[in-house]
Amino acid sequence: MIHDFLCSRIFLLALTVGSYVLGTAIYRRTHIALLHPVLLSVAILVAMMQGAGIEYEAYAEATEIFSLLLNLSVVALGYLLWEQVDRLRAHALSIVTSVIVGSIVGVGSVVGIVYLMGADEVIAISMAPKSITAPIAVAVVEPLGGIKAITSVVVICVGIFGSIVAPKLLDWLGISDPVARGLAMGAAAHGIGTARAIEIGAVEGAVSGLAMGLMGAVTALIIPLSFS
Amino acid sequence: MKGLLYILVFYAAGELLSRLTGGIVSGGVIGMVLLFAALACGAVKAERVREAAHILLSNMSLFFVPLGVGIIASYDLVAANLWSIVVAAAVSTLLVIAIVGIVQQKMGRRL
Repeated sequence: MIHDFLCSRIFLLALTVGSYVLGTAIYRRTHIALLHPVLLSVAILVAMMQGAGIEYEAYAEATEIFSLLLNLSVVALGYLLWEQVDRLRAHALSIVTSVIVGSIVGVGSVVGIVYLMGADEVIAISMAPKSITAPIAVAVVEPLGGIKAITSVVVICVGIFGSIVAPKLLDWLGISDPVARGLAMGAAAHGIGTARAIEIGAVEGAVSGLAMGLMGAVTALIIPLSFS
Repeated sequence: MKGLLYILVFYAAGELLSRLTGGIVSGGVIGMVLLFAALACGAVKAERVREAAHILLSNMSLFFVPLGVGIIASYDLVAANLWSIVVAAAVSTLLVIAIVGIVQQKMGRRL
């Protein structure tokens, strides 16, 4: 009976939200980039599920509603992109060019390296959108047979890694223009990169948000076309 | 609430178009592009969807969590390909940062 309760929709939903709240609190207290709320919540949930013997199938069914909410968030990004579009006017050509080039390089390099290292095709598909924001990335791989779980974890790790490494790499390359810096961070490290860019500067932050949206839109069109 | 209805409608439209075109691009992405287009040409007033969009977007991380948990179902696959995953992700990320930064800096100067 206890097992049934543990596998029930209400318990698993509450557990998910609870882990997320706990994860967010820990992240806020410690400010350690690696302790991103999503990674923490996933860790907590996985530990609890293994510990309590909760089957993954029960969990997936119980949390189906989040899938709908996530798709709605993807649509909502259309609004965010529109909000940012004013910035586009000033540097329209260079921004669009940089993002398109970045998108091709991003997808090409990750897929190329995965194949070169001999991993399975499904890994290549799941990792292809790793530079873009997670809700779009997941939405992109789903119709192509990618594994959403791998995509979401890789995207989050890339966001964390990119946001930590980007300022140093950009310094090393001598990229001093705030628009270029913000664009690079948003394009490579999407939302997490944008959060970091905002800490660095208002211009960088705003451009990063724009980069995230554009990169998402461009990559979301490139990947399905290249894989099919 | 009305904002949420707009977003649902655009999502539904996106899903429909996605199915009609063979499901290559997901409904959410099509819906995103449709919403952007509708806002850009003024068919939908931004104020109507602003609040609903912000609520969804600010809680987005929570919606991801079940996806992350799904990794346990793919554990073997990840473990078998772990090295490829890590190297590909790291190198590719560095390349994107560098290339986008360089292209923008070079082109931005000239314009």
